[in-house]
Amino acid sequence: MMKKISKEDMNRFIQSLLSDYTVYAPVNIDGIFSFKPITNFQGIDLNYQNSKKPPKEIFFPQSETMFEYEKGKVTSAEKVSRKRILLGIRPCDAKANLLLDNVFAGEDYQDVYYINKRENTIIIGLGCRRPLSTCFCTSFGGSPFSRDGLDILLIDIGNKYIVDVVTDKGKEILTDKFTEASEEEVKLAEKIKRETEKRIKSEVKIEGVKEKLDTMFESPFWDKLSERCLGCAVCSYLCPTCHCFDIADEAKDSQGRRIRNWDSCMFPLFTLQTSGHNPRPTDKERMRQRVMHKFNYFIENYKRAACIGCGRCILNCPVNIDIRKVLKEILTN
Amino acid sequence: MQEVQRKIREKARNLLLAGSVDFVIGFEEGALLLRASPVFIHKEDDVEKLIWDSFCENNLAAYLTKIGNKRVAVVAKGCDSRSIVALIVEGQIKREQIVVIGIPCQGMIDRRRIEKEVEGEILEVKEKSDEILVKGDSFEKVFKKEDYLHPSCRTCKHHNPVISDILIGKEVKERAQVDEYAEVDEYEKKSVDERWDYFNKEVNKCIRCYACRQACPMCYCEECFVDNSYPRWIGKELNSSDLAVWHIIRAYHQAGRCVDCGNCERACPMEINLRFLTKKINKEVKNYFNFETGLDITVPPPLATFDVKDKQDFIDSGE
Repeated sequence: MMKKISKEDMNRFIQSLLSDYTVYAPVNIDGIFSFKPITNFQGIDLNYQNSKKPPKEIFFPQSETMFEYEKGKVTSAEKVSRKRILLGIRPCDAKANLLLDNVFAGEDYQDVYYINKRENTIIIGLGCRRPLSTCFCTSFGGSPFSRDGLDILLIDIGNKYIVDVVTDKGKEILTDKFTEASEEEVKLAEKIKRETEKRIKSEVKIEGVKEKLDTMFESPFWDKLSERCLGCAVCSYLCPTCHCFDIADEAKDSQGRRIRNWDSCMFPLFTLQTSGHNPRPTDKERMRQRVMHKFNYFIENYKRAACIGCGRCILNCPVNIDIRKVLKEILTN
Repeated sequence: MQEVQRKIREKARNLLLAGSVDFVIGFEEGALLLRASPVFIHKEDDVEKLIWDSFCENNLAAYLTKIGNKRVAVVAKGCDSRSIVALIVEGQIKREQIVVIGIPCQGMIDRRRIEKEVEGEILEVKEKSDEILVKGDSFEKVFKKEDYLHPSCRTCKHHNPVISDILIGKEVKERAQVDEYAEVDEYEKKSVDERWDYFNKEVNKCIRCYACRQACPMCYCEECFVDNSYPRWIGKELNSSDLAVWHIIRAYHQAGRCVDCGNCERACPMEINLRFLTKKINKEVKNYFNFETGLDITVPPPLATFDVKDKQDFIDSGE
C-alpha cells in the first residue's frame, strides 16, 4: 500500500504520536547523530547520513537492568512501560535487527527483555538517499530502500514522503493525513530508489568466504591482520549486528540490580577465566574471533553473515582497518 | 614529502636487508581518503607500501609495548619520538631495541574538520605543498594546511623528533610563541558549575569502547583498573558516575606522562574533547616540576621520583 504525507503533516503526526508512544528518532548532538527518545518533533534531525551508534540499542541497550532484588524479593525489569516508535532508522540497520532476532528470539533461545522491546516497537524506516562510498548493503542482500524489518518505509521525494506500508502494525498507526499516492509520485519514488541503488559502488564478495574460513583457523593470516589492531571496541560497539554482553551485579548489602552490558570480543577480559587462563590471549585470537563469528559461525548457525554493509566499522576504526579489504584478502589467501 | 617518502622506503629496505631490525612500523595509504594507516613491514619487497603525507596521524609508539624482544624500526614524528622516550624512561622498551626513523613534522590534517566543512562526501583528495584539495559530487574546495591541523598539532612545540637514529627531512621551525595552555586557561576561568557541566557534557558522550586507552602509548597497564574485578574500582554501566570515574582516573594516570599527541582524541568515535583534562594536568606538572614529558631520556617523570626541592605547597597541613 503506497500512501503519501507532506513533511509538515509528518511533523504534526510525529508530535501526535508522543502522547501514546515513546518516540526514538535521530538527534544531532554536537555533530554526532544518535537515536534518542524525543519530547518534541523539533528535536529530530532527519537530514542525516546515519547514526554513529546503531539503533540496536533500542532493543538491546548498552546497559540494561534485568531485575532488582532486595532481601529475597526479586522484581523483573523485562517489560517496557510504554509502547515505542523507532523513527528514521535506515534500512540497513532494520535488516540488522532481523539478524539479531536469530540470536535473541530464535529457536534456541527466547530473550524476554529483547522480545518485549521488539514486540512493543513500531519501526518507521527512512530510505537512504545518501549512501557513502563505504556502504555495501547491496552485497548482503540489502538496499537503501529495503522494506525488510520495517513496519513502514518512508521515501523522501522532496516536500513529501511516499509511505510504503509494510505491515498491519504499521497500518494501524496511520491517520487520515496519509492519503493515496498518485501513480506519478510512486513512479518518482521508484526512480529515486533505482538511482540511489546505482550509486552504491562498493561491492563485497561473500560467496566462498565461509568455506575459506573453515580452513584458516591456524593461518598466519591472523598474525598479519591483527598487527595494526589497537584492540579497542569501536568496531564491535558501533556494529549493528554485534551482540555480545557481560552480566554484572550492582549490589549493596542485601539489595541490588543485575545488569547486562555490551561486551566486545576485542577486549582481553572477554574470555579471561577465573583461573587466570585466557584462551584468546592476544589481539590475534580476538581479531580472528570477530571475523570468524561474523563470516563463519553466524553463517553456520543462521545461514547468513552477521554484517549488513553499513560501513560504520570502516569509518570509525582508529587505525583505518577496512573489513571489505579483509574479506577480499581472505578469499585470495 | 615525496623525497621524505622515498628516503623512508630506502632506509627501511636497508635496515631489513641488513637484518638490523625484525620489522619496520610506518604508514601505508589508508582505505579512506584523508587517512593513512599504520603498517608493519617485514620484508624488503614490501617497503614500497610505505608512505609519508599529511594524514599520518597515528602515534606509532602505541605499538612498541607489544613487541616483546623484537628489534623494531619505527617512523616517528615529534610526538611519537617523545612517547618513545617516555616509554624508555619508564622501562617499557629498551633503547637498543628501537631504531627511530625520525621525521620533522609539519603537523597532521584534522580530517574531521575538513569533512564537516563540505556538503556531501569527499571523493577525491590531492595534497599540495601547503594546501589540501578536496572534491565531491557537487563541490571542490581548497583548505590551507596550516589552518586545518589537528588541535594537538596546532599547539605542538616539538615538531622535530627529540631522538632519532636516522633523521629524514629538514628540521622544521618550532613555534615558540604558541600558547599551548590557552584552552586550559579559558577553562580555569569558568565557575565550578560551568566546569562541571562541560566535563559532564563531554564524558557523557562516552560509549566505553576504550579506543582512547588503546590508542595511547602510555596506557600499557597489563590490567587496566576498569577491568579489575577484585577489588572492583568502577561499575560496568553506561552511567554518568562510572563515566566520570573513568575519565578522571585516565587523566590522572597521565600526570607527567602525556605528550599531548592527541591520539586519544582522534581515536574517539564520539569525538569527546579528551585533551582538555590531560592538558590541564600537563600544565600543573609543568608549573610544579618544570617538567615536560619525553624530552630527556635520563629524567624520570616527576611523580615516579622524589626530590627534597619539590614544591609542596599543595599539601594541606590542616592548620
